[in-house]
Amino acid sequence: MARLELRNLHAQVAEGGEKILDGVDLEVRSGEIHALMGPNGSGKSTTAKVIAGHPAYEVTDGEVLVHLDEEEFEDIEIPEDMRTVNLLDLEPNERAALGVFLGFQYPAEIEGVTMVNFLRTALNAKLEEREELFEDDEGEEAEADADDEDAGYDTSPMEGDVEEGDVGVAEFQEIMAEKMDQLDMDTEFAQRYLNAGFSGGEKKQNEVLQAAILEPSIAVLDEIDSGLDIDRLQDVSNGINALRDEQGAGILQITHYQRILDYVEPDHVHVMLDGKIAKSGGAELAHQLEDEGYDWVREEAYETA
Amino acid sequence: MSSDQDHLRETDSEARFEFKKEESSAFRAEKGDLDEETIRLISEDKDEPEWMLERRLRALRQFHAMPMPTDWPGQPDLSEVDIGQIVPYIRPDIDTRGGVDDWTDLPEEIQDTFDKLGIPEAEKNALSGVGAQYESEIVYQNMQERWEEKGVVFCDMDKAVQEHEELVKEHFMTNCVPASDNKFAALHGAIWSGGSFVYVPEDVTVEMPIQAYFRMNSEGMGQFEHTLIIAEENSEVHYIEGCSAPQYSEFNLHSGGVEVFVGENAHVQYSTVQNWSKNTYNLNTKRAICEREGTMEWISGSMGSKATMLYPSTILKGRGATDNHITIAFAGEGQNIDTGAKVYHNAPDTKSTIESKSISKDGGRTNYRGLVHISDGAENSSTSVECDALMFDNESTSDTMPYMEIEESKVDVAHEATVGKIGDEDVFYLQSRGLDDDDAKQMIVAGFIEPITEELPIEYAVELNRLIELEMEGSLG
Repeated sequence: MARLELRNLHAQVAEGGEKILDGVDLEVRSGEIHALMGPNGSGKSTTAKVIAGHPAYEVTDGEVLVHLDEEEFEDIEIPEDMRTVNLLDLEPNERAALGVFLGFQYPAEIEGVTMVNFLRTALNAKLEEREELFEDDEGEEAEADADDEDAGYDTSPMEGDVEEGDVGVAEFQEIMAEKMDQLDMDTEFAQRYLNAGFSGGEKKQNEVLQAAILEPSIAVLDEIDSGLDIDRLQDVSNGINALRDEQGAGILQITHYQRILDYVEPDHVHVMLDGKIAKSGGAELAHQLEDEGYDWVREEAYETA
Repeated sequence: MSSDQDHLRETDSEARFEFKKEESSAFRAEKGDLDEETIRLISEDKDEPEWMLERRLRALRQFHAMPMPTDWPGQPDLSEVDIGQIVPYIRPDIDTRGGVDDWTDLPEEIQDTFDKLGIPEAEKNALSGVGAQYESEIVYQNMQERWEEKGVVFCDMDKAVQEHEELVKEHFMTNCVPASDNKFAALHGAIWSGGSFVYVPEDVTVEMPIQAYFRMNSEGMGQFEHTLIIAEENSEVHYIEGCSAPQYSEFNLHSGGVEVFVGENAHVQYSTVQNWSKNTYNLNTKRAICEREGTMEWISGSMGSKATMLYPSTILKGRGATDNHITIAFAGEGQNIDTGAKVYHNAPDTKSTIESKSISKDGGRTNYRGLVHISDGAENSSTSVECDALMFDNESTSDTMPYMEIEESKVDVAHEATVGKIGDEDVFYLQSRGLDDDDAKQMIVAGFIEPITEELPIEYAVELNRLIELEMEGSLG
């Protein structure tokens, strides 16, 4: 079980740009679904990107903490003094290794890199990074020696280095086929180039597929519902529910619309206004927003301020 | 350290490109001896027929008469190319005139050299034929008997002059790449040595790629190998050449020549991955002539060198002939890779495609320089040119110079160019999935060159990817 905690988070566009986050406080635990709603420009996507470590933003104050249990990852026991980590000290890939996943609203298209090779490389990179983050010094030296002895590829260059403990090609293909089946994706996707030429819906489905394979503790999904037709919306929603129900992931679902919340029922709903959480509540809050818009929240927020 | 670990360090891929052997040669033309006397010595040493000597001498005169190219827009600086400093010819100190048949008959140091480049592995992996050139001579080749039975010839060029004299006399630097073509073709014509000769008779398909590997191993030497491929009517062959050179402080010159004759309805693919040391000037002339319904394909990866000027070209001579180019260039600090393609559509219904990709980093410069010429009367011809440049930083440069000379109106011409920096968003996306910054960039580049690697046999794809990986780590220096 992990817990993601944003404490008084302030952020601006890098190199002295516009201030966007103005003290965000938020907590998401594994197994919970949170919806983060709010009008355009309120800072929802920035929150997601700052959590994942996007270089375009600079954090000026506050913390993004991940609290881990000792048995968070298979085979790795996390020492007591390392169970709370400030993500702001880590590179994006290290954050991913700790189990934080960002589902993109506009995922990059990478030509020439097949889905299957990319995802296997990512999975192995993440497992390896985890070991590096938590092993003691002695272990690190052994790891460094092992790296030195790796003199190239054992198989194809497009498949990356083969090292002991890695998920192999055949094993990975099985994992991927199973997850794709759950999401009702065509198996030919495995051989397509990462997001290249994918429709909007396919891209969103692909983001959920990646989460299913990388098994995050916390998944931040940035407007994963935009541009989906009703069938696709259901597939994607099933995938999100499975992340929680089968893998125990905590979900922070960023959305404009109530629509997806009919399928992915949130435990908590937060409204973001002007770079802060202005109001939090249960699933009923989303319905109220759908009916009445955001103005009343704004009025309420400024009255109490 | 255990001997196992020693072994692992020795085969470390970085070291593969840095080591060099003490040179031991049987015959060595002296530096700066680029006169008639030297040419006569080379020709005599090779026991060449009179007509070849005459061609060499004529080429030498043409070389001395022609000026250095200096006025092309954005061309690499050749002012340091000093022909007088080049040793034009070196023969290794072994009796390998006709090549040896068995790998283990080679001297240990040569075996060792190729071992580091992974050639025995390639051989083990059931490649059909390997001809490897060490210095200026073919020292090893292995050809399957069944090809010989079908009349296929694959041997070194010097041997071809002796044993296939009529074919060579007819095709060698006559109507495909004449010595008068450019200054470096003339230089090549005068002092060429070694290379490959491939002859595929009518109706024969050589199913597996024919491979040759060239390597420069002596300081300050020029390498001038000639490749002549003749594919008769309805035949098919894929020829692959790999090149790699260790690093030296003195500059090197490589000026190869490639001539390809594609017969009616024949299909030739010429693939090459070249990695030259950072002080090599790589100035080549490669051309194919394609008869009716014939297909020519050029696949090339140009890595390393201080400056490269290379524009493989095809003359589409017969109706319905097709030409495809896929090229990739990588330029790092202090490098200028000027490469592209030339196609002449001289008949109706001819088609060509050019796909050019370049990567530049740390102030490196890549140019695409291309020419598509469609002659009056080449009706219903079509061409498509696509250039993509990928840059790592703001110091690097990439230019696209796609010349089009269209003299016929009933044609279909398309050109598309994209230039981009490795995108921060792309890198971040991959990082957010667990890849570190370097691996993310490497993956983007591997994807960028994928159209090339997918066309190459796996060993070459591995080597190309490995080379680019090393370039990106900056460990090739």
